[in-house]
Amino acid sequence: MALFLLFGALAVVSGLAMVLSRDGVNAAMLMMVSFASTAALFVLLEAYFLAALQLLVYAGAIVVLFLFIIMLLNVKEGRIPAQKPWGLFVSFFSAALLLSGVAWLFMYFQHSGAVIGVEGPAPAESTVQAFSTAPKHFGYLLFSKYLLPMQCAGFLLLTAMVGVIHLRQKTTQRPLF
Amino acid sequence: MHPTIDHYLLVAALLFAIGFFGVLLRRSILLIYMSLELMLNAVNIALIAFSRYNNSMDGSLFLFFTLTVAAAEVAVGLALIVALYRKKGGISVTDLTTLRSS
Repeated sequence: MALFLLFGALAVVSGLAMVLSRDGVNAAMLMMVSFASTAALFVLLEAYFLAALQLLVYAGAIVVLFLFIIMLLNVKEGRIPAQKPWGLFVSFFSAALLLSGVAWLFMYFQHSGAVIGVEGPAPAESTVQAFSTAPKHFGYLLFSKYLLPMQCAGFLLLTAMVGVIHLRQKTTQRPLF
Repeated sequence: MHPTIDHYLLVAALLFAIGFFGVLLRRSILLIYMSLELMLNAVNIALIAFSRYNNSMDGSLFLFFTLTVAAAEVAVGLALIVALYRKKGGISVTDLTTLRSS
């Protein structure tokens, strides 16, 4: 519980600091802290393989991409006009509304007797793979039950690559925007 | 006391709300993008928590697909931001008022 409190609070606090920070590089660093704490939460949930994946993809690749673009564009945050006070109030109010809606949903489900957690009906053992940390089980499910989504994900990555290459070409004849 | 699924879902909801707050609050497109990543990350926590406490692999498998979508989104989105910067000279949302009826 102590570890959960530590990493959960770290994820939430660094996320909040990221949202409120004035500097782009600071925000990227705080985002990395938040993602690393999330990976620690995955370890606490005993999903070791996914924690490693989270660290590699999020805290590694995505944060580095963001830092690269921030340093490439070299945008001063001062050049971007700050949000007006009523804008701050409205966005805070909307986020609080969202959070209270989710909290109400929790309460509703807990009081109506419907279960969303451990006490749920156990699925049939023969059809559902039990929770496992072994990469072997991930591979088995990816190539049997989730074969079509996996192909779609691969195609999405190919589309992203082709799209980025196309965006980065000199568009002298046809303007991009 | 051991953390239950409610604690993990609470952290996920908090992170999602913080990301939503950031999307509404910030004017820089880059920071809006970072807040979007934070929201995706919050959903990942909820997926893993459900997967763990329901003793099923499906939620964990879903993390693969959210990771793929997040990576593709960041790649294309950042290329779009660079193209926008070349075109408009800034990455503030206030630069994107082409559709506004003046």
